[in-house]
Amino acid sequence: MKEKINELKERFAKELSSVTDQKSLEELRLAFLSKKGQVSQLMQELYKIPAEQKKEAGQLINSFKQDISAHFDRKMEEIRKMEEECLINSAESYDETLPENRRRGSYHPITLVQRELEDIFGSMGFDIEDYSEIVDDYHCFEALNIPKFHPARDMQDTYYLSTESQLLKSHTSAAQNAIMYKYGKLLKENGRPIRAVFPGRCFRNEAIDACHENTFFQMEGIMIDKDISISNLIYFMKTMLSEVFETDITVRLRPGFFPFVEPGFELDIQCMICGGSGCSSCKNSGWLELCPCGMIHPNVLRYGGINTEEDPYKYTGFAFGLGLTRLAMMKYGVKDIRTFNEGNLRALSQFVSR
Amino acid sequence: MFVSMNWINDFVELGGLDIDQLIHRFTLSTAEVEGIEHKGEDVRDVVVGEIISCEDHPDSDHLHVLKVDAGSEVFDVVCGAPNARCGIKTAFAKTGGSVCGMEIKPAKLRGVMSYGMCCSAKEIGISDDHAGIMELDPSLANGTDIKDVFPIDDIVFEVDNKSLTNRPDLWGHYGIAREFAALTGRQLVTLPIMEPDNTGDASVSVTIKDSDLCLRYTSIRIENITKHVSPEQMQIRLYYCGSRAINLLADITNYIMLELGQPMHAFDGKKIDRIVIDTPKEPFRFTTLDGNEREITTDTLMIYNDTVPVAIAGIMGGLDSEIVDDTDTLVLESANFDGVSIRKSASRMALRTDASARYEKTLDPEMTMLAAKRFIKLLHDADDGIRFASSITDVYAKKYPEIKIPFSKAFLDRYTGIDISSDRIESTLLSLGFGVVRTGDDFDITVPSYRATKDISMQADIVEEITRIYGYDNFEIKTTFEPLLPARRTVLRSNENTVKDILVRRYCLHEVHSRIWCDPDDLKTLGLSPEKNVYLLGSSEEKETGILRRSMMQCLLPFVYKNRSFADTFGIFEIGRTVNGEREDKTADERRMLGIVLYSKEESEKSLYMQGVDIVNTIVSEIKHKKAGYKKNETEHAWQHPKNTTSLFADDVRFGVMNTLHPSTLSKIAKNCAAVCIEIDMDIFDGIEASELDFNEPSRFPAVDYDLSLVVPEGVRFEDMEKCWNAADDPALSSVSVIDIYDQGGTRSITARFSFVLENRTLTSEEVQKSIDGILEKLSQLSVTLRA
Repeated sequence: MKEKINELKERFAKELSSVTDQKSLEELRLAFLSKKGQVSQLMQELYKIPAEQKKEAGQLINSFKQDISAHFDRKMEEIRKMEEECLINSAESYDETLPENRRRGSYHPITLVQRELEDIFGSMGFDIEDYSEIVDDYHCFEALNIPKFHPARDMQDTYYLSTESQLLKSHTSAAQNAIMYKYGKLLKENGRPIRAVFPGRCFRNEAIDACHENTFFQMEGIMIDKDISISNLIYFMKTMLSEVFETDITVRLRPGFFPFVEPGFELDIQCMICGGSGCSSCKNSGWLELCPCGMIHPNVLRYGGINTEEDPYKYTGFAFGLGLTRLAMMKYGVKDIRTFNEGNLRALSQFVSR
Repeated sequence: MFVSMNWINDFVELGGLDIDQLIHRFTLSTAEVEGIEHKGEDVRDVVVGEIISCEDHPDSDHLHVLKVDAGSEVFDVVCGAPNARCGIKTAFAKTGGSVCGMEIKPAKLRGVMSYGMCCSAKEIGISDDHAGIMELDPSLANGTDIKDVFPIDDIVFEVDNKSLTNRPDLWGHYGIAREFAALTGRQLVTLPIMEPDNTGDASVSVTIKDSDLCLRYTSIRIENITKHVSPEQMQIRLYYCGSRAINLLADITNYIMLELGQPMHAFDGKKIDRIVIDTPKEPFRFTTLDGNEREITTDTLMIYNDTVPVAIAGIMGGLDSEIVDDTDTLVLESANFDGVSIRKSASRMALRTDASARYEKTLDPEMTMLAAKRFIKLLHDADDGIRFASSITDVYAKKYPEIKIPFSKAFLDRYTGIDISSDRIESTLLSLGFGVVRTGDDFDITVPSYRATKDISMQADIVEEITRIYGYDNFEIKTTFEPLLPARRTVLRSNENTVKDILVRRYCLHEVHSRIWCDPDDLKTLGLSPEKNVYLLGSSEEKETGILRRSMMQCLLPFVYKNRSFADTFGIFEIGRTVNGEREDKTADERRMLGIVLYSKEESEKSLYMQGVDIVNTIVSEIKHKKAGYKKNETEHAWQHPKNTTSLFADDVRFGVMNTLHPSTLSKIAKNCAAVCIEIDMDIFDGIEASELDFNEPSRFPAVDYDLSLVVPEGVRFEDMEKCWNAADDPALSSVSVIDIYDQGGTRSITARFSFVLENRTLTSEEVQKSIDGILEKLSQLSVTLRA
């Protein structure tokens, strides 16, 4: 028996060494370890063996069986690794730089700038409001302390409509009155300050060229509370603009006349290109005129139902207007304002995302 | 408006100050300065030179060869001026000097050397007279620097007129000098004036018919005027400030307008007996002094000599009564007219003059008398032989009420957020001409007449006066303190944002912006025309503007056409406004609309259409957690395809329309292309209540899928079949999906996968079979059968 086992051991070792794939390994395994395999045959031969040797022979067979099983497992692992290696070696190394031809959508640049500003204002506790594009004379002018025959109402500036005293809104300030009415009650009853921004399309009857558009976007903001001061206004504008431009901004205020604010200001920011020393972007002045702002005119607060004639200064507030179209031009280096409204996808498709 | 610092210096002494810096402060405290010009900077080494010999140039028919005595030296000069002649004194630029920013160098002109240049008034920058070289006072010594003869050196700055809209007092140098006085703390000089020495009865009769239109009219008749040329200094200042010397009388009226902001008019005294200010009863034509005939309407305020019109009030005089060079008697007009009336007349006639621009700002009527006396002073300075026919006539029909404003430091502190001392408040207001009665920290303020016409009427106005002089750069800045409250969320913006994100990020569409009106030319290219709608007034002749759009497609389809070579497949969208005609109350029915156009030259119309369906389904399911419904619709617009124009629903609310293009429109865009339009009314869509997200715990038992190949007859829509299996009301049926669609002839084969599952146990195959039989039975009502 012992000889037979040794003989089988040798045969097994020889055959195992020539195996290179999983299939022949399986064949070999069957030849030795299946029901009719060599090991089973050995077991069947046990009965011929004298009883006193049976125990030893049985042990020999068992140890042989364990031995070859272990070999099979090792070999199996070896072959699996080898085959994996083969797969890896034969795999293709891909070229990521090949064009993939996948279409990509784009946002309008105004949307991108508007979202950014809305995020900033939202984070500062401002409500985001919307307003119609067609407004009436009262909201666009009268309620803003722009009486009849004021220069701002000239026919050449404003698009009047064929409907009864309606027009295309010439500035986002047209929404001020409605917003004061919307939130005024909460201000007066719950002491909740009015803080709102309202972006929107505005229209002015102008000849179009690279710098002028008849359809453009503004974003107006107001803040009204009990003791809002000029000092608060400057603080807020500086903080907000530093956030918009993502750098510490130097601002200056100078008098500016707008009928709906008193005092009214033109806010300039120090030119970020030259740092204030003067360059072609700022026409050598070191400053860029950025947005009109001011303390909301007492009449406007009264028309908006915030204050009464008897107590015209109970609440005070400030308002500001940002030219969204202008900001988008500055941010993206758009030189021709016509880019925004003429729908040329060669230009617009570049604004993939923020 | 141009401001001459020499002129300002007449009224406030600014010696020792950095003038450029001061002008910068003016921008920060008063009004925007657009530019500063240093006059005379480029005029150097120009002296009085006498032409002591003048011969014709041997090689030229117009040049002269001169010898010019420039005091210390005599120069040979070639000169082309027609008036060059022996014996006159002129402005002579020596070699090495400069005029017009150009250096004078020796030069050979047609073979003759020239050392220097005789100058015209234009060349030394004090006039636009370039007819010949200057002819100077013969008594001037040769070699005298020209800058000692004329006040050429000056700093002139331009103020943005728009920033003076609310400041009638700043439309003249005197008012601007007052600002400089306040900014520097220096004294404002009283304006030199002269009273007429005749105290007799007023000889000019003035009648104001309507005191709302003419508030005041001040006049005097002056005789024996013998001088006709104004002083050099006056001429130069007029020129530096953008005006032009004409003759003595016209120049003084212009000078005073630039000095005080008070427009004036001088009539030829021979033409005027009795002044009447009135509007005409009938329209007529009138020739103004620029020689143009103008249409005068019945609401145009006119000046009459008795019944004969002589001037358009506040705008322009008439040709017939104009001052001429030999006028020896004048009737002066120094008047105040209603700003709105002047503005309307000027814009109606498209005749905006320096005078009307000032009247529009609502001038101070107190100023007419001051201006008249200033006129007398300046005229007398130039021509001391004048005689006054009588005293000044002054009809003051309507006075503005005096404005008094109570004010306090406490109010200022609250409004500014900073601490400005009462002393400072007082001194600032006094320097700006306000009347101030102070009691500790409280003030009673009287607004000066030149600020009281409309500019200043309330406390907030006083705040501006103090803070602008204080300087906004000097403000300490502070945040506000308020209760911490969450920002409100708006449905509108969040839905717009989600829609845009879906369209851009998932469907790769491009967002565009268009205008709210139709471009008829663009539509014509597509064989369309604007539909009847609300329109822009006064735009009938303009190509680009006109009728407002009823549909986003009126703008988006032309965009697709213009971009047809951009890519073979692309899509665009915009959330914009359209106008759906007029509402019952006669106002425009403005709608907030999402418009989408999908376009392709590669894909079939059907596949593009199904993409459209996918987009609609996605928007409805992601924003509303609902299922979109579709129903074929009649076409509403010419570009819609009669067979595939479909209303979009959610909860039986129609929120939009989707369509393919009518072949006649489609063929105009490109050959063999397909396009699909979707238009969603965002206001209606926002109004549809969103369902709660419907979460179902998935069963822990296996689902059984059962595929059926169904033969569907023509005309049966998938939703009809859906209704069948929904009607079977089988609790085990969890979902139905489509595996394959195959069209042949009119019939369609659909392989659908039915998925069954129970939440508490595994289904038996008998149970599944029973469900399938039930479904098939229902489907048979639609003649949908199993494929053999």
